[in-house]
Amino acid sequence: MNEVNFLLWVRGIGFDIALAIFVFGIMLRFMEILWLGRKPELAAVRGNGVASGMRTVFSRFLPADSNTLKRSLFMVVAGYGFHIGLFVVIFLFAPHAELIESVTGLSWPTLPSPIVDFFTVLTMLALMALLWRRLTHPVLRFLSTGEDYLMLLLTFLPVLTGYMAFHHLFLSYGWMLGLHILSVELLLIVIPFTKLIHMFTLFMARWYSGFMAGQKGVQS
Amino acid sequence: MTTRKDLTVGEALRTQGISRRGFLKFCAATASMMALPPSSIPAIAAALEKARRPSVIWLSFQECTGCTESLTRSHAPSIEGLIFNVISLDYHHTLQAASGDAAEEARHTAMKENDGKYIVVVDGSIPVKDGGVYSTIAGMTNLEILKETVAGAAAVIAVGSCAAFGGLPAANPNPTGAVSVSELVKDKPVVNIPGCPPIPVVISGVIAHFLTFGLPELDNLGRPKAFYGTSIHDRCYRRPFYDKGLFAETFDDEGAKKGWCLYKLGCKGPTTYNACATMKWNNGTSFPIEAGHGCIGCSEPQFWDAGGFYKALAEPTGNFTTTAGVAVAAGAALGAASGLLNRNKQKQAGAEHETVTADNLEKEQTS
Ligand code: SF4
Ligand code: SF4
Repeated sequence: MNEVNFLLWVRGIGFDIALAIFVFGIMLRFMEILWLGRKPELAAVRGNGVASGMRTVFSRFLPADSNTLKRSLFMVVAGYGFHIGLFVVIFLFAPHAELIESVTGLSWPTLPSPIVDFFTVLTMLALMALLWRRLTHPVLRFLSTGEDYLMLLLTFLPVLTGYMAFHHLFLSYGWMLGLHILSVELLLIVIPFTKLIHMFTLFMARWYSGFMAGQKGVQS
Repeated sequence: MTTRKDLTVGEALRTQGISRRGFLKFCAATASMMALPPSSIPAIAAALEKARRPSVIWLSFQECTGCTESLTRSHAPSIEGLIFNVISLDYHHTLQAASGDAAEEARHTAMKENDGKYIVVVDGSIPVKDGGVYSTIAGMTNLEILKETVAGAAAVIAVGSCAAFGGLPAANPNPTGAVSVSELVKDKPVVNIPGCPPIPVVISGVIAHFLTFGLPELDNLGRPKAFYGTSIHDRCYRRPFYDKGLFAETFDDEGAKKGWCLYKLGCKGPTTYNACATMKWNNGTSFPIEAGHGCIGCSEPQFWDAGGFYKALAEPTGNFTTTAGVAVAAGAALGAASGLLNRNKQKQAGAEHETVTADNLEKEQTS
């Protein structure tokens, strides 16, 4: 297989397979969760659940209270750095936006590539810091499973290969671009079936806890 | 008596009335053509002075003559012209005056007289399906002619994307079973000069390199690194717009008029290795991107089936909507089914649930 065939495969059949498994998995997981249902709420309604639910979806994007911040400053900084970096890299790089537009029809303005490049490095540093922390923190290390490390790796690979493709490192651009796309496809395939599904379920979960708290008339 | 064929390149040029100065100028141009520094000019001059004019047999198979056109349309008096004065082009379907038996005779004579030393240039791909019947010359299939001619050659130069990679004749579903030269010739050095067509100075540059320093250094696709070492994208004058994120969205919008990057219009510059952006076309006038059209990647294998000239490189090439639709429906159905199963389990567990009292626990502990 030469570079052109490889690139064609990942842009063609490879992408089709990954996308199909991805949307299949997401639907499966959501249906499973939603069909579980909840027990009827018998207590008297004391506040507006919907408003509280909406608020919670967004309020939890903000850093935690100062106490938590003090206790785990490292996690907060590295965690936010990583998530913000990843967001910028995925959605605000022109070729990525072009791909999303061709699949969904949605488009938005993008950032110049040197800025995206900066965020790419930031994302990789943050990911490495998080790995280091996981390996050195005794409790975290004890709690970590193989899946945690695998997910770190699978998230790291697309960022790394994208960076290397852009800068023409190690392999020709075509091979690296192909590897980059392939690594993203791997990630797409595992997202629904691993903890990475949190990128979708978090909204539902936040909404739910905010809603419940709101109905009980307490702050979420 | 020395015949014209026995002359060295230097002697041949002098018999054409080219002065020492003209010769050095030619060497300088050759150096720049081969992407070598000016310091290499004396070495080139010395090498060319001594080099014998090689016999070249040019075979045209399944092709459109565009490659020959490219070479002969280069402006006179040009380096390309000079190069063709210093090689002995002994057989070329399109350019030779002889025809029929006389033409084939010329090929056989050249092969006999220069056995083991001549260069075979091929343009066009070779059909191999059904015994190669889809293209024949003088009653012989292309495959037979190639095998016969290459047997005594020093090297083979595959000119154009058809000879180098199969080209348009090999496009899906490849009805004639067209293949490239390198798929058939395994025991001789093959240099690929792809492009549809290749840049004329690149063709002559490779021949000049062959004359002076032997085979050029090749990349993994058999292309001379001197010309195919950098991508169009890396040498493109529109690159600053790419980096700033300024793209033409259509061929006639403001961005297109301002000369912004053509990535979104399907430009394959990032994955295409060729010298267009530096050597340019039409005697150095411009190259396709300067004319407002994206690169179609014509010097890369399979550019003809690479998912559409106007699809951006980042775009998927397949038809994913139906598969994705089916996947969504299947996921929803399976998810609902498994959700219902879980619910039943929940209910069952609820029904079978026995309340544990403190007495039970105490009993358990003592037993
Ligand atoms: S026009 Fe093509 S080659 Fe030039 S910068 Fe844009 S994508 Fe790259
Ligand atoms: S710009 Fe691209 S498509 Fe055009 S001639 Fe050059 S390599 Fe071929």
